[in-house]
Amino acid sequence: MAQVRLDKVSKSYGKLETVHGIDLEIAHNEFVVLVGPSGCGKSTTLRMIAGLEEITSGKISIGDRVVNDLPPRARNISMVFQSYALYPHMTVRDNLGFGLKIANMAEAEITKRVDEAAEILGLGPYMDRLPANLSGGQRQRVAMGRAIVRNPDVFLFDEPLSNLDAKLRGQMRVEIKKLHQRVKTTVIYVTHDQVEAMTLADRIVIMRDGHIEQIGTPSEVFEHPVNIFVAGFIGSPPMNLLDAVVSNGKARLSDGIEVPLPAGMAVQENQEIVLGFRPESLAPKGHALHGDGAALTLERTVVIAEPLGTETILFVEMGGMDVQAKMLNPRVVAPGETLEFTLDLSRLHVFDKASGKRVTV
Amino acid sequence: MTTTTEPLSRPGFMEGVAAFFRSPRAVPYLLLLPAMIVILAVVLVPLLVSFWTSFTSYNLTKPATLFNFVGLRNYQRLLGNEDFWWAFGRTFMFVTITLNLEMLLGLGLALLINKITWGQRTLRTIMMFPMMFSPILVGFQFKYIFNDSIGLVNNALFDLGLISQPIPWLVDGTLANFSIIFAEIWMSTSIFAILLLAGLMALPKDPIEAAKVDGCNPLQVFQHITLPFLMPFIYIAMTIRSLDVARAYDMVRIMTNGGPAGRTELIWTLMTRTGYQNSQMGMANAMGYISILLSIAFTVFFFRKLTAARSFMGGAQ
Repeated sequence: MAQVRLDKVSKSYGKLETVHGIDLEIAHNEFVVLVGPSGCGKSTTLRMIAGLEEITSGKISIGDRVVNDLPPRARNISMVFQSYALYPHMTVRDNLGFGLKIANMAEAEITKRVDEAAEILGLGPYMDRLPANLSGGQRQRVAMGRAIVRNPDVFLFDEPLSNLDAKLRGQMRVEIKKLHQRVKTTVIYVTHDQVEAMTLADRIVIMRDGHIEQIGTPSEVFEHPVNIFVAGFIGSPPMNLLDAVVSNGKARLSDGIEVPLPAGMAVQENQEIVLGFRPESLAPKGHALHGDGAALTLERTVVIAEPLGTETILFVEMGGMDVQAKMLNPRVVAPGETLEFTLDLSRLHVFDKASGKRVTV
Repeated sequence: MTTTTEPLSRPGFMEGVAAFFRSPRAVPYLLLLPAMIVILAVVLVPLLVSFWTSFTSYNLTKPATLFNFVGLRNYQRLLGNEDFWWAFGRTFMFVTITLNLEMLLGLGLALLINKITWGQRTLRTIMMFPMMFSPILVGFQFKYIFNDSIGLVNNALFDLGLISQPIPWLVDGTLANFSIIFAEIWMSTSIFAILLLAGLMALPKDPIEAAKVDGCNPLQVFQHITLPFLMPFIYIAMTIRSLDVARAYDMVRIMTNGGPAGRTELIWTLMTRTGYQNSQMGMANAMGYISILLSIAFTVFFFRKLTAARSFMGGAQ
C-alpha cells in the first residue's frame, strides 16, 4: 500500500517561499495530476516528494513512512523527467536495467523484467541502441520503461509529454493511461496542460502561486470550479468570464444585457460579480448542445468564425468583450453575419468579483 | 622528324599556362597560394631539411657536412645507444606518471570547485596563476625550494625536527625525478582542473537526478554517470597535455640539467645536448624523429579513446 500524504509542506529558497504549506492526500493506486501555470510550484512539489528538493517545513509520507529525511534512493519511487534524462552512454537495455543492477538484482531477473517492460512499451527493436539514436517518442518510452521495471511504490511524472509534438503527445497520453490500467500503481503527474490533466487524472490538483486552488475529479473541477482562476484554467476553449452587476435578480453586463440568475443565488443587489459560461453554453439557435429550455435568446454579430470541422467557434461581442460560442453541426458563417444565439441559463457560473470565489445557490 | 615538333609545342604549352592563370578557373588556386607558401616555408621546408639532416653526419661547426649522406647510420647507432633508450624510457615514464597524477588531482580540484557556489570565479582565476609563470622561473623556484642546504623544504623539515640529515632532493637520482615531476604537477594541474570543470559545468543535471531516484548513492552516481560523461573531457586534456609534457625541457634544464649522472635526462635535454653542445645536429634530428613516434602513439591512443567516448554525447536530451 502506497498512499502519499503531504502535511503542510512548504518550500522556501532563501526568503522566497514558493510552496505555501500544502496539504494533499493521495490514495493507493490513484492517478493524481498536479496542474497549473508555470511557476505555480507543481514541479517543486513533485521534486520534494521525490527527495530531489529538500522540504523547508511540513511532512511527507509514502505508505507508513515519513520520508522527509530519506534520500531519493530510499523512497522506492520512479520518476520520468521532462527531458527524459536517459543515461547517454548506455544502450536502451542498460538504461532500463540500471536501477536493478544498482540494487544488486540477479542477472536473470534483470533480463526478465527488462524484457517485460520492453514488451509492454514496444521497445524490442531498439534494445541495443544508444539514446542519441532514438526519436523523441522512443526516448520517452525508454524513460517510462526505466520507471516501471523497478516496481516502485509511486510513479512520478514531471511534464513527460511537453517535449513531444502534438500528435505524439496524444498517442503517449493514451499509452500512459493504458500503462496505469495495466501496472496498477500510485501515480503523481505534473503538467501545465489542462487537457492532459482532464484525460488522465482520477483527481486533479489545481495549483497557483504555491497554493492549491482546488482538488477534485475532472468532472468536479469542470462543472463546479471553486473560483475564477480554476474556471478560466480548466476547459478548452476557456470559459467566458464577464464582469456584471446584480440588479433585480439578474446579472447586468456592461453593455446592458441582462442575464437572469438562478433563483436563490446568494447575491445582493448591486454586488459586483463575474458571470461565467462555457462556449458550449452559448450557441446559434438550432446548433446548441443544450435544449432550448431555460435559455436566453440574444441577437449577436459574429466577429470571427473558426471552423474546426465538427464544430465552429464563433467570436461575438458581449459585455464589452469577445466571447466564444460553440456551434455544433456547423454551416458556413461569414464574419459580420448576425445570428440568434441561445444562452443556457442552467449552466451559469457566478463568482464574487472581490474574493474570486464561487457563489452557490 | 619528330624532334622538330618539340620546339614548336613549347610556346604553346607556356601560353596554355598563362591562359590558365588568367581564366576564372585559376581563382581558387591563386587565392590559396599565399597560405600554401606560408605553410611551405614554416612547416614543410624545416620538416624536410631536418628529416634530410637525420640521414647526414651534419655537424653544426662544419656546414659542409650537411651534404654528407650517411644513410641510416644515425638511426643504427641510436638503436644501440643505451643513453638514448634510457632517456626515451624515462620520458615515457615521466609523461605517464605526470599525466595520471595531474588528471587525478585536477579531477579532485574540479569536483571540489564545482561544489562551491560562492567565489567560484575568483578561485578559478587564482587557479590559473601557476600557468602564468614561465617554466624557467618555475624551475628556478623549485631549484631553490628543493636545494639541500638552503632550500625551503629541508629547512622546514629541520625546524619541525623530522630530519637530522639534509635530504638531497636534486642530487639523488630518484628524488631528483620526483622533484621535477612535483614541479611539473604544481605548474600544470590547473589545466586539467579547468578543462574538467568545464566538463562538469556542461554535465546535464537530469541524468544525475534520475540516477539518484534509480537508487544510486553519491559514489555510484559519480562512477556510473559523472565519470563516463567526463571521459571525453579527460581524453582531450590528456591529448593536449601529453604533447606538452613530452617536450619538457626548460624546467629540467634549470633544476638538474639532466643530472645527476644523466639520471634525469629526458629526450629533449639529451637532444639539445647532442645537437648544440656536441654539435651533432644530424644525430639529434634522428633522435627527434624516433621520439616523435612516442608523441604520435600517445595522441593516437587518446584520440581513439576520445572518439569512442564521444559516440554517445548528445543523447542526454
